[in-house]
Amino acid sequence: MYGPLWRMLPGPWQVKALLLLVLVVGVVAVCFLWLFPAIAPHIPFNGNSIQTGLQLHGYSTAAA
Amino acid sequence: MRGLRWGVRALGEVVITLGMLLLLFVAWQLWWTDVTANRAQASTIQALEKGFGPPGRPERRAAGPPATLRKVPLGQAFAIVRIPRFGADYARPVLEGTDRDTLIKGMGHYSGTAFPGQVGNFALAGHRTTYGRPLNNIDLLQKGDVIVVETKASYIVYTVDRHVIVTPDKVEVIAPVPQRPGAKPTQAWLTMTACHPKFSAQYRDIVFAKLVKNIARASGLPSSFMAVPAGAAG
Repeated sequence: MYGPLWRMLPGPWQVKALLLLVLVVGVVAVCFLWLFPAIAPHIPFNGNSIQTGLQLHGYSTAAA
Repeated sequence: MRGLRWGVRALGEVVITLGMLLLLFVAWQLWWTDVTANRAQASTIQALEKGFGPPGRPERRAAGPPATLRKVPLGQAFAIVRIPRFGADYARPVLEGTDRDTLIKGMGHYSGTAFPGQVGNFALAGHRTTYGRPLNNIDLLQKGDVIVVETKASYIVYTVDRHVIVTPDKVEVIAPVPQRPGAKPTQAWLTMTACHPKFSAQYRDIVFAKLVKNIARASGLPSSFMAVPAGAAG
């Protein structure tokens, strides 16, 4: 997939490299600003239970 | 044979890409969320300070006891927490509620617990890591350390009483009398809860603090309360 991508980019290798850099920055930006914030609540990374702390049985203090 | 080679190469590239995305996600979680949350929380502090007005100025409104907080809409910022042990500049907003979106914006006030300075338990939750990590150094708090809660009406000064490490289901830590559910409160407490250990949600590090003084905003906060303790990390 990266081979064909490289061949698809126009111009000499310097231009290709620059375009690739722009693409990478774009992908990182989309991930940081949109994708990761959207999926973070569903990923068990910051603890498996982000629960609102309520003084009710079965609930817990907020995971933070 | 050529098809197989192509397939293996494509699979390899896909796996490498997924690995890079995973690393990128970790970088976002551990670094970028701090960057954006710190920025957002600092601007919330500025807005709160502006709304509270400059300290030491006589109240323009009618004289009488300072207005006490009774009910705050979920998600709204209503107080500033200052902890000299965490540095002279340490200031974090307190918002109503403890859901995920609220704790990204600052410390969260457990709805239904007392408000600052009131008899009962003013209970707060804050992130230990990521999203600006307001309670990253909660384990460094020592008995006697000052915690100042600033509201529109007053500066409420608490000092740390004790720590406990508990499992997340021990909700009695935010009871009106901490760890004594059902008991009738006679004192004003402040409780802060954060995840423990760092980067885990297995336990909670809990700090209990007792009310020392409730100072009207018009009087100003004596600078002695904001003295950074010797040996503080911040």
